[in-house]
This record gives sequence, C-alpha cells and structure tokens, in this order.
Amino acid sequence: MSAVIDPHHAGHGLTDHHHGPAKGLMRWVLTTNHKDIGTMYLWFSFAMFLLGGSMAMVIRAELFQPGLQIVQPEFFNQMTTMHGLIMVFGAVMPAFVGLANWMVPMMIGAPDMALPRMNNFSFWLLPASFGLLVSTLFMEGGGPNFGWTFYAPLSTTYAPESVTFFIFAIHLLGISSIMGAINVVATILNLRAPGMTLMKMPLFVWTWLITGFLLIAVMPVLAGCVTMMLMDIHFGTSFFSAAGGGDPVLFQHVFWFFGHPEVYIMILPAFGAVSSIIPAFARKPLFGYTSMVYATASIAFLSFIVWAHHMFTVGIPLTGELFFMYATMLIAVPTGVKVFNWASTMWQGSMTFETPMLFSVAFVILFTIGGFSGLMLAIAPADFQYHDTYFVVAHFHYVLVPGAIFGIFASAYYWLPKWTGHMYDETLGKLHFWMSFVGMNLAFFPMHFVGLAGMPRRIPDYNMMFANFNMVSSIGAFMFGATQLLFLFIVIKCIRGGTPAAAKPWDGAEGLEWTVPSPAPYHTFSTPPDMATLEAHRTDPRHD
Amino acid sequence: MSLALWLVFSSAHASWTVNMAPGVTEVSRSVFDLHMTIFWICVVIGVLVFGAMFWSMLVHRRSRGQQPANFHESTTVEILWTVVPLAILVVMAVPATKTLIDIYDTTESELDIQVTGYQWKWHYKYLGQDVEFFSNLTTPRAQINNREAKGEHYLLEVDEPLVVPVGTKVRFLITAADVIHSWWVPALAVKKDAIPGFVNESWTRIEEPGIYRGQCTELCGKDHGFMPVVVEAKSKEDFAAWLAERKTAAAAEKELTSKEWTLDELMARGEKSYLTNCGACHQPTGEGLPPMFPALKGSAIATGPAEGHIDIVINGKPGTSMAAFGKQLSEVDIAAIITYERNAWGNSVGDMVTPQDILAFKKAQE
Repeated sequence: MSAVIDPHHAGHGLTDHHHGPAKGLMRWVLTTNHKDIGTMYLWFSFAMFLLGGSMAMVIRAELFQPGLQIVQPEFFNQMTTMHGLIMVFGAVMPAFVGLANWMVPMMIGAPDMALPRMNNFSFWLLPASFGLLVSTLFMEGGGPNFGWTFYAPLSTTYAPESVTFFIFAIHLLGISSIMGAINVVATILNLRAPGMTLMKMPLFVWTWLITGFLLIAVMPVLAGCVTMMLMDIHFGTSFFSAAGGGDPVLFQHVFWFFGHPEVYIMILPAFGAVSSIIPAFARKPLFGYTSMVYATASIAFLSFIVWAHHMFTVGIPLTGELFFMYATMLIAVPTGVKVFNWASTMWQGSMTFETPMLFSVAFVILFTIGGFSGLMLAIAPADFQYHDTYFVVAHFHYVLVPGAIFGIFASAYYWLPKWTGHMYDETLGKLHFWMSFVGMNLAFFPMHFVGLAGMPRRIPDYNMMFANFNMVSSIGAFMFGATQLLFLFIVIKCIRGGTPAAAKPWDGAEGLEWTVPSPAPYHTFSTPPDMATLEAHRTDPRHD
Repeated sequence: MSLALWLVFSSAHASWTVNMAPGVTEVSRSVFDLHMTIFWICVVIGVLVFGAMFWSMLVHRRSRGQQPANFHESTTVEILWTVVPLAILVVMAVPATKTLIDIYDTTESELDIQVTGYQWKWHYKYLGQDVEFFSNLTTPRAQINNREAKGEHYLLEVDEPLVVPVGTKVRFLITAADVIHSWWVPALAVKKDAIPGFVNESWTRIEEPGIYRGQCTELCGKDHGFMPVVVEAKSKEDFAAWLAERKTAAAAEKELTSKEWTLDELMARGEKSYLTNCGACHQPTGEGLPPMFPALKGSAIATGPAEGHIDIVINGKPGTSMAAFGKQLSEVDIAAIITYERNAWGNSVGDMVTPQDILAFKKAQE
C-alpha cells in the first residue's frame, strides 16, 4: 500500500510538467489541478463564512436587548438554523478540504490528488448545494427553521415546505464530502513519495487520513437520516412519527451517530495543522509524535461511542446514560495528551510569535477551555442543568471558533507565502489576530454565564436577568464579525503583492512543501522527491 | 435560605449572575455540588497547563536569546499524563453516578402529574384527581414589542402555574402532543424532554414554598421562547385547599356546557380563548402568517358551513401545525372560539355555534 508511483505516470509528468493553467473562466470550471481546486474550496469556504457570519450578526442584533426589535421569531429560527448549517457544512468542512487539496499532495510528495476529476466534481457540487439551501430563504413559508440538528417531527410534519430542498441540499453536500474524503484517503495511501512511511507523514496528513475515514463512515448515515425524513414527508412512512409506530428518538440516535464524529471531523485537521505550526515557531521538534497519532486515532474511535451524550435528557435508561457518560469522559484523556504535547513542544523552544503562531497558541488555550466545558457537559446529572442552554452554545463555539476557525486562520497565514509567493502584512495579521481574539472571547465567554443562569438556546427574546451579558456578547460578536473583513483585505493584499517569499519563509518549518519554490509551481513533484535528501536536511541544526 | 437566593437572583443586580443557582431540592444541590467540583478540577488543571504555557511563552523566546532544546519524547511523562487524568475522571465519575441513580429513582411518588407539551403551552393533569389545565404565557404582546415597560417576570409568567405541595415526592410523567419540547425548572434541576408518543418520568421533592420559574428547552417552533414553566410550591394544607377549589371549579365549568348561551356571551368568551389558544399562529388580527399559518379573516372555512369549521378545530389538519383541539379544550371554549372566528375581523356569518352543537358533533363522530 505504501508509496507506489506508476512509472508511466511519473514519466508522463516529466515530459509535460511545464504547461501552466488554462486561460480564462474555464480554467476554474474544468480544472483537475489540486492547487486550483484547493483555492476554490478556500474561497468558497470564506464566502460561506461571511454569509453564515452575517446571519450570526442578525441573531446577535436581535439578542442585543430583551424584546423583539429586528426580526420576528419565525425568521430568527431560520437564521439560527442557516447559521449552523452554513458554518458547519459550508465554512469549516470545505476550508479543511481546501487545505487538504493544497497541502496533502505537497506534504507527501505527490503530483496531485489521486482522483483529480472526482476532485473537480466534489467541489462543484458545493455551490449547487448551498445555492439550493440559501434559496429556501426566499421561498414561501421560509427556509429551514428547525435548528441545524433538525429534530423530527419539527423538521418533518411541522416543517415549512422548503424542507424538501433542504434535504436535497444535504444529499448533495454529503456526496461532495464523501468523494472529497475518498480522494484524500486514496491520495495518502497510494501517492506518498518513496520513503515517506506512514509514521513519517506530517500530522496534518495523519489527522486528515483519520478524518477521511470518519467522513466515509458517517456522511452516509446523515444521508440515510434525511432520506428517512423525505420518506416520512412525501411517501407516507413513519420512521420518526410515533403516531404511525415510528420513533422521534430514533431520529436523534441516527443524527448524532453522524453528528458526534462530525464534530471531530471539524477539529482533527486543525489539530494536525497546529502540530506543524507550533514546532515551526518554537524551532523545536513536535513532542510525542507517535502519541499524537495514537491520540488522534483514539479520539476518532471514541467519537463513535459517545453520541447519546447529546441526548441525556431524552429519557434513555440509566445504564445507557452511565455508559455514554463514562465513554464521553474518556475523550478527555487523548485530548489531554495532545494539549500536553503541544505545551511540551513549546517548552524550552526558541519562540517567536508571528500570526500563525499567535493563532495556534490561542487555539491550544481556548480549545482547552472548550474541552473543560465539554468535560462538565459529560457529567450527565450536571448536563440536565446545562443541556440546551447557552452554556452548550458557549461550549461548542469555544471548540469551533478558536478551535476549527483559528486552526484555519493559522494554516492560512502559515501557508499563504507558499500559495501566493508573497509574505502577508505581519502588522495587519497581528491586528486581525488580536481583534478576533478579543471579539471572540467577548462574544462567547459571557454565554457560559447566561447559560448557567438559565437561558435556553435558540430563543429570540429573554428575561432582563440575562440582558447585560447578552449585550456584551453582541458587542463582541459584532467586533469579531467586522474583523473578518480585515482578513479578506489581508489575503487580497498578499495575493496582489508584498515581500517575495522564500521557498521556506519560516526558519523552523519542516516538510516537503517548503522544498518547492514560492509560489508553488502549478505542478509540483511530478517526479517524486528524494526522501534521503530531506532526511539529511532534517538532521541539519536548524538554528545555523 | 433558598428563597432568599431566588430573591437575590431575580433582583436587578442579578443580571450579572455568572453561576448556576444551587436550587431548592436535595437533587438540585447535589447537581450543583457536582458542577462546582468538576469546575474546580478544570480550574486547577487549567492553571497548571496554562501557567506552564505562559511561563514558556515569556521565557522561552528567541528575543531573549533562548536556544531551542531538542527533546521530543519521554515515555515516562507521557504515561504519567495519560494515567493521572484517567484517575481524576474515575474520582469524578463516582459522585456523578450516585446522583444519577438517585435522579432515576422515580418510585414511591406521592403525587403524579402528567405534563404535556403543546405548541406553545404546557398542560398539567393531576392523575386520579380530575384536575387539569393549560398553562399559557401571560406577558402582554405590548411588552414583547417594546411598547410597554417589561415586568420583572417578563416571559417567565403564566396564567395558571403548576401547583405542587412541599415535602412531597411529586412524579412528573412528561410527554408531548405535537413536536418535542423539554420541561425545565432550574431550581429543581429537573429537565426532561417531552416527546410525542413517549412518556418520560422525572421527580422532585421541594422543601420550601415558593415560585420557581423555567422555560421550554427544546426548539419547538416559532414560539419556543414563549412557553415558560412556572411551578408554585405550597404548604401541604394550602395545596389541599387549592386542589379542592379546583375540583369544584372543574365541576362548575362542566355545567356551563348545558347553559343557554347568547351570541354576545360566546363572542366575549371566544375572544379571550382565541387569543390564548389560537392567536400565536392565526394572530390576534385573524390574518395568520401565511403560508404556514393561514388567515382566518375571510377564509373559506371560517365563512363556510359550520360543520367544516367545527371539524377542523376538533380534529385538526394532519400533516400541518393545526392541532386537534377536541380533547384540549372544553366544549364551551370550542363553541366560543368558533363563534368568535365566524363573526370577528369582518367575518360576518352571523350564526352561533353552541356547546351543545360541539357535543352533538363529537357524539356523531363516535
């Protein structure tokens, strides 16, 4: 299974690797180049991030004060639902697929993804899917209003008519994710350069390999879930309707069997990226590489046996409750190992704090805070008080915003020189970081407080006892939201010009991607790299 | 003590509250203790790990001339930081398991109350007592739309609170009639999903008389944020008196069915019942929120033959949000609402549907 390169293929690459991208719009429509497709994924993801973010702004504007001011409850529910769906499926997941497209082939010394045409199709399904999803907002009766978790029967019998479009959109993006994951797994298992054994792969490749398997395992479950909804709505079945002998709780079991691995799908690639970035700026090898790999695998395994911790209040039997409580608490162990490893990597390093490092350090600290609240939520009796309150909202935003999103920002700043051939503006990058850091904490930390004080999630209006912290949250959210336009400016500025970047702009960085010029040529590693040279390079004292 | 706590929490200063309240039952206090224990464990771990990281970030910088070390593994340390957290988790799991077993013990209850979630109100039925009623939000629309100053219990006030005796193990049998809801009273640490077709059990034993407020905590549609839970705990004597009074009132209400009603009387009662039971969807103006909630003003059903109108109110419309109100409301209320809908907002059928008509319709259906 290890790195086998078809000699014919390699030869082919040698003869015509000088040709560049096609001209015009059709380059992007027809491209099979992993860098082009990666770029499209990243831009699409950022567009969705701004769209989902503007919905969050609507939510926070309504929650700025008690009373209904800006929107009515039925539209508020559409905003919370679409914000969740767009951020999860449109922003975070495509961003990681984009990073995988760009970086995995370059990290393992492969000329492209294993299945380039399917790669093109995976991407182009996404605009179709989200076009469909967003169009429901303009339909009679409005878009999905049943939460991103779309529990039946609210999403079946009681759903707006546009739910059918929502189901079709989920099917499309599910197919896209599955194909993307198959592609990444096939690439990693088959196209590694000779000598790049599994245990020599960068952790980003490892975490994506594991993420790929998670995706292949659970996206079909989501497809099954929405198909059952479709049958219930249009074809007279009663999978989720008690009146017809079905079971509304079945929906939640099926959904969370997908949903829990899904949350790790959104964080594992960030773990991998940060595991490359922290050693680069600490100028010290990653501590505990092997244990990082095993911890990632353990987290992935555990993610399949903890789903019912989202359902502690549905009335599952005591033994079930205990099992899921213990299994969930166990996740703290491998996650702890990772955090300790990152901290030990920093320990006695020679650190500098460029923007990627700032985002990575904030990632470790703030993700850990999200982990702590996760541990609290694992305690089933305490969860009866936390469940479906703003405490949960605070928890998952702490693991997703400074977790997944900061991981993506750190990756973007780290690899932008490689992508564009220019250094980004460091001052603006740092400003972006600090504004995001302050805004995000201001937005999400007070949510712990209102949650503990008793504010349920997904409500458009609330009692005055929650007013002060909600106002603080809204101010923080506006700040965080506005700051992301700065990121757009920084990226455009970096693409258009700036200090030319060296092949390896970070003196402590490791990996094959830094052995090719910046910007990376349209085709890289048409001939597999010589791992022996790289090994020699690794043993060089870095701080010479 | 607990009452004092609640007073503190509901006063103006309480809007900066940062923590959970210990609540007013043994269970809620043990849940609070679990919450605080796990919180402090997290704080200690956080201080250690973040402390080390910040120390490292301040000291181990290139700008301070630090040369990087080259260590990258240590089996001993790695085993240690796998085993120690595991041990902490085991320590944490023991009290959590104990509390959970206690919460799941719903046996030997002294009073059983069936709690049913509806879009967007709660229904309480005292099993074996012949007392049942709906509990609706009473916060006026004008407060929600910022035309009036908001009251202290804004969105947390109802017409009929659930009344329970103190010092009594009360068992809740929780279910729902339409979508999933969740019945939550923070001070009791009781949160249980109300699921159509299922009956979940939960229980509480309140020690002090008082009023405890909570909300629905499972997204249940448009007015999810507007279906509070209010529990009033009374002393055993007061509770017995209240229950007796409710039984008498229920009997009197039944007699109203056979009373001869005038159009004006029905319209007056109809307007009130309509606003409580129908107004959320069909709107006080009768204009609805199409297409999810159709207008009644000028609608074919509300201005057509009475039978069709009675049928949809009693049996609902399967596959839509229109619930079957036949078992939810009394004959008097159904008759009054239908009469009101046929003669309000410019609808002017002019006819009158009486409680006897409703009774006859129901009999014919059987």
